[in-house]
Amino acid sequence: MATIPYFSVPRYLGIAVHCLASTRLMRLSTVSFLAFMAKFLSGATVRWHDCQPDTCQRVYFANHTSHLDALIIWCSLPRQLRELTRPVAAKDYWTKGPVRRYLAENFNALLIDREEIKVHQSPIDLMIKEVGSKYSLIVFPEGTRNTGEEMQEFKSGLYYLGKKRPDLELMPTYLDNLNRVLPRGEFLPVPLLSCITIGSPIWLDPNENKHDFLRRARDAVLKLKDL
Amino acid sequence: MNAAWPQTAFCLLGQASPSPASPARAPAANGPSAPEQAADAVVQTANDLAQRVKLDTRTLILLGVVLLCLLVALIVGRVLRRSPETTTNPAVVRTFNNRVLAWCMMFGILIAGLLMGYPATVGLFGLVSFWALREYITMTPTRRGDHRTLFWTFFILLPGHYTLVALGQWYSWAYEFYTTLIPVYASLFIPARIAISGDPKRFLERVAKIQAGLLICVYALSHAPALLSLDLHRSSGQPWIVNAENGDRGSNAGLLFYFILLTQLNDVFGYLWGQLFGRHVIAPQINASRTWEGFVGGLLSTMLVGSLLWQVTPFQIQEAACMAMAVAVAGFAGGMTMSAIKRDRGVSDYGTLVSGHAGVLDRIDSICFAAPVFFHLTRYFFSAAV
Repeated sequence: MATIPYFSVPRYLGIAVHCLASTRLMRLSTVSFLAFMAKFLSGATVRWHDCQPDTCQRVYFANHTSHLDALIIWCSLPRQLRELTRPVAAKDYWTKGPVRRYLAENFNALLIDREEIKVHQSPIDLMIKEVGSKYSLIVFPEGTRNTGEEMQEFKSGLYYLGKKRPDLELMPTYLDNLNRVLPRGEFLPVPLLSCITIGSPIWLDPNENKHDFLRRARDAVLKLKDL
Repeated sequence: MNAAWPQTAFCLLGQASPSPASPARAPAANGPSAPEQAADAVVQTANDLAQRVKLDTRTLILLGVVLLCLLVALIVGRVLRRSPETTTNPAVVRTFNNRVLAWCMMFGILIAGLLMGYPATVGLFGLVSFWALREYITMTPTRRGDHRTLFWTFFILLPGHYTLVALGQWYSWAYEFYTTLIPVYASLFIPARIAISGDPKRFLERVAKIQAGLLICVYALSHAPALLSLDLHRSSGQPWIVNAENGDRGSNAGLLFYFILLTQLNDVFGYLWGQLFGRHVIAPQINASRTWEGFVGGLLSTMLVGSLLWQVTPFQIQEAACMAMAVAVAGFAGGMTMSAIKRDRGVSDYGTLVSGHAGVLDRIDSICFAAPVFFHLTRYFFSAAV
């Protein structure tokens, strides 16, 4: 007698919810809803300074102050660009629990394993493979969230990204006040007003060394603070 | 407690009681049971909208006149914007246009709220409060340790307070609660919650900032929609009848509109008098454009307009002048206070905090200060104890 695989009722419910949640319509509506909520809670205004939204391949690199950062930048892009833009996020954080996994999946996040970095499969190689000739990325070169007072030094990933893919436009992005909306270690946001400034793109100069380039990139972000 | 609340809710604005003989606020014991009244209310939906839109004739005339003025101002603003820069100062024209646009929005929100009824009006004022508070807190530096307190402020105290104000229409105990929730409970809770978070640095300053924000943006402002919940009568104790033939009572909505109009006119008059005759600046470091001449001129003009419009209120003409004076003085105080806060933080306008956002707090500063004064004077002298 063929045995029917036995699942408990909660398991069936779980499968039903999963099927429902993974339909395209559901996905689109939850994403729009979450984008709306994120924009409302962060009160974000977006300023494109000396540049325009474009579907060309770009890397938005920003100061990292809060868990909302990637989400807010992604949400503040025009709808057509959202489809083409993937936030780069830490795998250990975004695969913990169903909600985070669901969010990461829906926002089309590119998850990077911070704990097990393999020699032949570095995060940069993974990013370049995933980007292909279509996608843009959102990265946080500080690596971890800063405490809000001062921006940390940039990690070298941005340099290698620029070196291996010189055609990508590197867009400096400054996030203001988001660290007050959801500071480190908190899980409930406070709806203050924040501001996202995206500046004109930079590229790696052929004869520029790693240190100089990273400093220039960091300065490009800091410069947007005072605009 | 009043079991007749659905009916009261529908009849609130026009005081459009189906039978003029029974007052809108019938005591529970005399009236039919709540479900029956709810059914009645449904049956009346046909003429209901007409009744509610009706407000009362005088209020409608006033609304029409104000709408007309706004339209004229809009058109004038458009024309001025096209005129060459040599004849007009573009900065002044821009300010004028922004102001007019803000008034149109204020007017629209108010009308929409009034048509939808008391809870909707309270809800809309709640949203305005929310936005003003977030502008205020964005401008004031807070520390990490204040985060949970701010969460309480935005998501529990603010909605809680407005819910109580909304309940104030039907339950008298709600009044006791909403007048004490923020001044008593919240102002004790906030320092305690910040203390628990364990950051002693600049403790008193941080407590004061959040308390002041809550008091100005939420508590004070909520007294404006609360005007709608009052059972108004004349100062003599007579009911406020505006139409002797059918015993129509005046509408609270008219009084709220009268109040908002006076605060805005007081700002405009103060500005105009200051521009024309201003000599003695009150406090140059706080606000360089506010002068004693502007204040006195604005006060007198507001009193004049306030007493001319006495017919939409339950006040006699001289009472209306006194109320207008109170509004003018409180509104002026509000403007000065908010200017001082802005100077302290080194911003010119709340709208410039984050570009692209209209400064809600810039527009409602005088309403915030005048609303509690106007509400309590009205409640004490012109309403049956709720």
